[in-house]
Amino acid sequence: MINLSINGLLVEVPEGTTILEAAKKLNFRIPTLCNHDDLCVAGNCRVCVIEQLGARTLTAACATPVSEGMQILTNSLKVRAARKHIIELLLSEHNADCTKCYKNGKCELQNLANEFSVGDHLFLDLIDLKDYTIDKFSPSIQKDDSKCIRCQRCVRTCEELQGVNALTVAYKGEHQKISTFEDLSMAEVICTSCGQCVNRCPTGALTERTYLDEVWDAILDPEKHVVVQTAPAVRVGLGEELGLDAGNRVTGKMVAALKRLGFNSVLDTDFSADLTIMEEGTELLMRLKKVLVDKDESVALPMTTSCSPGWVKFIEHAFPEYLPNVSTCKSPQQMFGALAKTYFAKVRNLDPKNIVSVSIMPCTAKKYEANRPEMRSSGFKDVDFVLTTRELSRMIRQAGINFNKLEEDKYDSIMGVSTGAGVIFGATGGVMEAALRTAYELVTGREVPFENLNIEPVRGMEGVRKASIMIEDCKPEWKFLEGVELKCVVAHGLVNARKVMQDLKDGKLDVHFIEIMACPGGCLGGGGQPIPTNEEIRRKRAEAIYEEDMSMEYRKSHENPEIVAIYRDFLGEPLGHKSHQLLHTHYKERDRY
Amino acid sequence: METVQDLVHVLADKHGRTRESLLPILQDIVEERRYLSKEVMVDVARELDISAADVFGVATFYTFLDTVERGKYVIRVCKTISCSMKGKGDVLATIEEMLKIKPGETTPDKKFSLLETNCIGWCHKAPAILINDTPYTELTPEKVTEILREYIKK
Repeated sequence: MINLSINGLLVEVPEGTTILEAAKKLNFRIPTLCNHDDLCVAGNCRVCVIEQLGARTLTAACATPVSEGMQILTNSLKVRAARKHIIELLLSEHNADCTKCYKNGKCELQNLANEFSVGDHLFLDLIDLKDYTIDKFSPSIQKDDSKCIRCQRCVRTCEELQGVNALTVAYKGEHQKISTFEDLSMAEVICTSCGQCVNRCPTGALTERTYLDEVWDAILDPEKHVVVQTAPAVRVGLGEELGLDAGNRVTGKMVAALKRLGFNSVLDTDFSADLTIMEEGTELLMRLKKVLVDKDESVALPMTTSCSPGWVKFIEHAFPEYLPNVSTCKSPQQMFGALAKTYFAKVRNLDPKNIVSVSIMPCTAKKYEANRPEMRSSGFKDVDFVLTTRELSRMIRQAGINFNKLEEDKYDSIMGVSTGAGVIFGATGGVMEAALRTAYELVTGREVPFENLNIEPVRGMEGVRKASIMIEDCKPEWKFLEGVELKCVVAHGLVNARKVMQDLKDGKLDVHFIEIMACPGGCLGGGGQPIPTNEEIRRKRAEAIYEEDMSMEYRKSHENPEIVAIYRDFLGEPLGHKSHQLLHTHYKERDRY
Repeated sequence: METVQDLVHVLADKHGRTRESLLPILQDIVEERRYLSKEVMVDVARELDISAADVFGVATFYTFLDTVERGKYVIRVCKTISCSMKGKGDVLATIEEMLKIKPGETTPDKKFSLLETNCIGWCHKAPAILINDTPYTELTPEKVTEILREYIKK
């Protein structure tokens, strides 16, 4: 242990602790910009400088480990003056047109400028000298270099968490900029649209492409019937944007708010998550049958999930030779979209051309997914507009709704009933767990052998998790699975996805089913979720997801009465003709570099 | 003539395919081809299995790794203070006049590119220029005219 003093108070911390962390222990917050809990130390923004008695220069608190007897001042005159200068220098290169910025009020640089009362410009404003354009080509992510302070959180995110490296630090000195390859648009490079960079950008340089105006226009158009679906992870994140702590479940209030906003039908992506389980679970069993019984060598195993559009785009770029392994199931969002303008329209007697289908997603890649050319199987664009959790909170604020005082409300029907299996899609391991709950029961006629149906081995925040389940006493039609140990892998964060795929390629992985979510923690840590994010926040959201699961009347997808009804009245059977037409898709090889 | 892919492949065999090999590979390509084209950067990324953005980041960081097409002879005129004090202005003006190009430009026949550079370590023999990797020092307008005439003949 190391003893030191900070602002005259003594503190004892383990060796290797940074000054920043030690100060936190004493409840001193040192301001930071480039530092982020999820990322390696960069030490480039310098706003965390502190004074160490006896040292010649100021030190970056985020990048300096404590040493015995250190005497640290975090708020001396020297520190205050330096910090203010640093913020002013950052602002001199920043397009500080704050009132017109999408991040206005949520910008870390703006907050610091306010905290340090940055007023008169001490330094020349340099930004007008530079010729910046805003990259709006991606349907998911907007990049405005004029707002960038080159803290490189995005570059580290793309490399360390996602292993994609779509962003890099290009040029140097005054010309330094965060760039894609050849400064191409984000839409033209290997970016997966996951939006993790957006979650970590301290300013307005990286934001989601917003479709708020389009959605308001649809809501206010009397001709249109606006259907909204809400993804599982939104209900455990939205509260954070509206003044609640992380880990609050706001499902009922969210539904009430959506109705007040004027959406005509407030429905649930959890319903189509249940549907995904029916299709994907059946697909897995059919693939196993074709491989084990029919010895069909054209069928690829292991099968991977396909719910995460960031993951799908990643594998299309990075491991296209494994595209036959990806489940052909569309994601729950797109299954929902295809059904909204067919099944829902039919049952509710609506003209599909007057239906506007909106989804609220914890995700920026979903915006891109909705715009994929394959996603028009209803004869229309299946999902018209995708909003993030953050955009929904903005709509709620724009409409002046006092969210926290709302009475809880219930989803409309049809396509509004769901199960606990649907809701856990929002957490890493959730699709695997939901699939096992249904597939095991389908094959054996018994519930999965885990207490309260909670398949703990696939849960948690470990980057790659393995689990297996022994299949015994099968029903006669599934006899070929008797004694088979069904082996599964779960990975989240694309850097872990890459590890899993590389192991598979190297022949080091012998499994049947792989679940991959592009974002750390799964959708609950998605690129459209409230900012900030860190592992503690993601854990709390995950706890809330599993609480929500336990609170549900139905916990298994195949028991959802609306799922039973849709197969009876519309789809026929899983993997049937109609399912193929509406619920399944194909993928495309893309450039790896 | 060997293709760019062949060149990159040979260089990767020579220097290895780890991340540390990136810089020597890029340096050798510049020596052979004068600059790093978009295509060559993608080839290097493929050969080392790293992202093209990473290659671009490294290539644009170093002034001596050009990412825009340059002439056969790249002339770099030192712009730092010692050379400036010893008459770099006249030397530069002479080159501009002879080649009819300004710093940053390349002659239409793609033979010469003219650039300014930070200190190249020849302060004691200022003013200095580099033509590709060869330094020429203690220059005067007359001396540089003579040197360029030789290059024009080449």
